[in-house]
Parts: sequence; structure tokens; C-alpha cells
Amino acid sequence: MMDINSIKKDFPILKKQINNTPLVYLDNAASTQKPNQVIQSIVESYELYNSNVHRGVHTTSMEATERYELAREKVAKFINAKSNDEIVYVRNTTEALNLVAYAWGLNNIDSTENIVVTELEHHSNLVPWQFVSQKTNCELRIIPTTPEGTLDLSSIDKLITESTKIVSIVHVSNLTGTINPIDEIIKKAKSVGAKVCIDAAQSVPHMPVDVQQIDCDFLAFSGHKMLAPPGIGILYGKTEILEKLEPFLRGGEMVKEVTYSSATWNDIPTKFEAGTPNFIDPIGLGVAIDYLSNIGMENVRQHEKDLIKYALDRLTEIPGLEIIGPTNPEMRGGVATFSMNDIHPHDIGTILDQRGIAIRTGHHCGMPYHKKLGLSATSRASFYLYNDYNDIDKLVDGMNDVINYFK
Amino acid sequence: MLPNELNDLYKEVILDHYKNPRNSSEIIEPLHKARGYNPFCGDEVNLQLNVDNNQVIQEVGFQGHGCAISQATASLMTESIKGKSIQEALAIREEFRKMMQGEQSNLELLQDLEILEGVRNFPVRIKCSLLSWSTLEDSLS
Ligand SMILES: Cc1ncc(COP(=O)(O)O)c(C=O)c1O
Repeated sequence: MMDINSIKKDFPILKKQINNTPLVYLDNAASTQKPNQVIQSIVESYELYNSNVHRGVHTTSMEATERYELAREKVAKFINAKSNDEIVYVRNTTEALNLVAYAWGLNNIDSTENIVVTELEHHSNLVPWQFVSQKTNCELRIIPTTPEGTLDLSSIDKLITESTKIVSIVHVSNLTGTINPIDEIIKKAKSVGAKVCIDAAQSVPHMPVDVQQIDCDFLAFSGHKMLAPPGIGILYGKTEILEKLEPFLRGGEMVKEVTYSSATWNDIPTKFEAGTPNFIDPIGLGVAIDYLSNIGMENVRQHEKDLIKYALDRLTEIPGLEIIGPTNPEMRGGVATFSMNDIHPHDIGTILDQRGIAIRTGHHCGMPYHKKLGLSATSRASFYLYNDYNDIDKLVDGMNDVINYFK
Repeated sequence: MLPNELNDLYKEVILDHYKNPRNSSEIIEPLHKARGYNPFCGDEVNLQLNVDNNQVIQEVGFQGHGCAISQATASLMTESIKGKSIQEALAIREEFRKMMQGEQSNLELLQDLEILEGVRNFPVRIKCSLLSWSTLEDSLS
């Protein structure tokens, strides 16, 4: 089992005091904290291995390249990709999804066809597809949600059809915490020959994800949401698809041969890594993956399931508080989103902050879904492996304080 | 913890304006109106004004939703500009902005608005308090 107290000790920021109380960090869906191991790996990279990758014949450049590629191998193993070449380094989930939209979407969809997303998309898996839809005149179809915040698949046969070219869906929602039934949706997509892209920004950091088992074509996630630095994200793509794909960005490194009039492309994944990459942060991602793997992703998921169950139980004790999203912890990641009668999330956020409690308030990059709920903003506490029941108790005490101010 | 700062922010008067906003009925076909919206937090203020021939604000109405600070400021603002000329109202706006930025401000002009001074200890909330003032300016331009 997980020893949360010893895990907490690995995270220097958790010793920080805010207004003379220890930081209670509950904004993990936005970004996570970094353990000493990751921080040290970054320091070490600058102190010992700082050099451009893939370019030099000198020792430090070769060492940097080796470390950069070793991290790629760790990522590939972590999500069980068939080959390291299926792992493309990008900045974040948003860039990964844009890469798919630009390089695959713009070149493979016509005006008689369609793209399918869900009502639970983060803006980063909605806005790029709106763009493709506008450019190609294709239809953008949206899988609706039930009042509980789960996907309503009752009309799936009408939404995912023979003319569907790609189904791009969020695995775990950052808005409602919903764990979407991607297996069922992927099966449907495959049956009509559509490609599948998964926004795994909130799943890969929190539970075991096996790209071969789920059989997706693309999958995107961000390092900063899984203990790593903010400059590195991953696009996974199946080899045969990446090989046929047009480049997204063009320039140095991604080419094989260049003349004044034309160029040919390098092999994957380098074809998608134009210019000098961020060659430091992937090292941190590799170490973050070691850290998570040592604990075990099954254990991380179980811990968060325990936390969300406890959080939902305790939060519902608070009069006037309404939970957004499913209440069954089996169907929910460690994301507790809620609204309060008459008390705006910003006021809640400010009062909790005075007690050192960091939560997220606003629309969490899901404006259309908030509009559907009839809310302009909600409050969200989201957990990770270093959170414990005590953090949730502090949140609940803080909420009672909020109520006292406003009563 | 610094409960005093919080108490300065959520003063009783402020919470009262939030819960019972003044001048909240909508003016139909006003001379001036504008909608202020902050996409970051969803705060919204709709403002209507009628002025007389001397450019004095005779009627003011606002409707909106959002955090206590944005809505209480809007309510307090409507009280402070009613009966003032447009020029005076804009001068109050300028003094309010100065108060939020910690500059020397004219408390005689600000009057009851001084109660919002505590907002400036919460930098991310200042924009909540400035929303209704930028809406006022938009409505007049
Ligand atoms: C579900 C989901 N998708 C996409 C993103 C975008 O991630 P990033 O901002 O790292 O590109 C986020 C993060 O906010 C997210 O929660």
C-alpha cells in the first residue's frame, strides 16, 4: 500500500506555508507538484548534460541525446506502445491535439464526412476540431451527456456512422471527473473505420493506460499533470499512421534531405520534432514515470478512488453544496467539482486560500459544458498521490468557514 | 491565517449589497447601456443609464451575476453615480481605480466606495471590482 506521509516528504513545496498554515494542494487537475527526484534530475541535466540533442559528435551532446531517447523509451513502456518511435515529444496535450487536427484532420476529411467529440471536451480537444470542421466544411458531431455528467451513448449509432472519419474524445473529464467508457466508443468507431484520438491528459497520470489494449490511433497527455515539468507533452500515434502523416511544423531536424526547392522528411518520430526540442524536460518526465511506476499506477488509481469516495461523502454533508458529475467512485477520477447556492466559486477560492487550501475556480476550460449546466463557474478540488483524508477534512472545514462568511 | 484581511474583503456592507443589490431593476430603452463580461470567471454586469439634458445621471439600473465582489461593487457604484454628472461619474471611476492600485485617492469623491478598499489586498480580485466601472465607461462611449 501507499505510504502517503513518506510520499509527501518527497515534495518540497508541500512544506510551504500560506498565511502560516501548510499548503493543501488540491489543484492537481490543472497541474501537479514535483518530487525531489524530478527536480534533481532537471538540475543535473543543466549541470552535467546540457547540450543540443541529435547534433553534436561531442560527449555532452551524445550524453544529452542518450538521456533524451531513454526518456522516450520510458514513456513508450509506461503506456505500452509497440515502439519508441510512436512517442512524439510535444509541449503539452494541446499541442498534441493540434498536431493531430492539423496534420491528420486537415488532410483526411472532406465536406461529406464528420468528426465526433463529446460535450465533456476540454477546449483543447474541441477548438482544434472546430477549426478542422470550418476549414474542410465537415460536420462536427457531439456526443451528449446525461444530467449526471456521464456520456449519453443512446444515440451513438446515429453519431458515429460510416461517414465518421475520426472520433476524438476525452478519457477522464477534468470538468466532472467522469471516466468515459472509451472501450465501447472505440469499438463503435473501429466498426465504421474511423480513427480514434484520446485526450488522456487526466487519465495517463492517474491510472494504468495501455494504448495497445485500448487500440487507439492517437493519444495525448501532458508531463506537468504527472509530476514532470511543464515543457513536455506526449503524442502517441500508431507507427503506420505516423509514417503516412504529413508533418505539422517544418524546419530543422525533421528533414532528411533538403534542396533549394524541396525537402524530404526524417523518420518518425523526428519528422514531428522540428527545431531544437525541449531536451531538458523529457528527462524530468522519465524520472516522474520511474516515480509513478515504483508506486504502481493501480495503487495510484486505488488511492484516488478512496479519496474521491471520501471527498464526495464529506462534501455532500455541506448544506447547499451540489456535486457536479457522477457520484459513483468507480466511474470517477480524483476530481471533485461542486457548486454552492448563492456563493460564487471565486469567493470560495479566496476564502479557502486564506487557509492555505488551493482549489480551482472558474470554467476549467469547459465553457460550453458550464453553459449547459447553467453555471458560469464551478469550484474544483482535484487529488493526486500525495493527498490524504486530512487534506479533504481541511477542505470541508474551509467550506464551513465559507458558509459562515456568507450566512 | 490573516482573518482580518478576509474580514476587510467580506465586510457586512459588501455582503449586504451582494445579497440585496440596489438599483437592480432594468431600465427599458435607456439612453446608455453596456454589458461587461469577464470570461475568466464568468462575472457579468449589465448596466443602463438615463441622463437629463445637463448630462446628469437620473436613472441607473444594473443586473448581473458573479462573485460577491463584482456584484457588490456594481451595486455600490450605481448608488454613487446616481445624481452625478457623467463627468463626475468618470472622475469617481478614476479615483476608484487609484484606490485599487494603492495610489492616493480622493475619499471625498469615493464616499461609500471606500468600503471596497480591502479588495486591493487580493490582487486577483481587483478585476472583479473594476468590471462594473469599465462597463460604465463602455456605456458612455
Ligand atoms: C482533459 C484535459 N485535456 C486537455 C488539457 C490541456 O492540457 P495542457 O494545458 O497541458 O495542454 C487539460 C488540462 O488542463 C485537460 O484537463
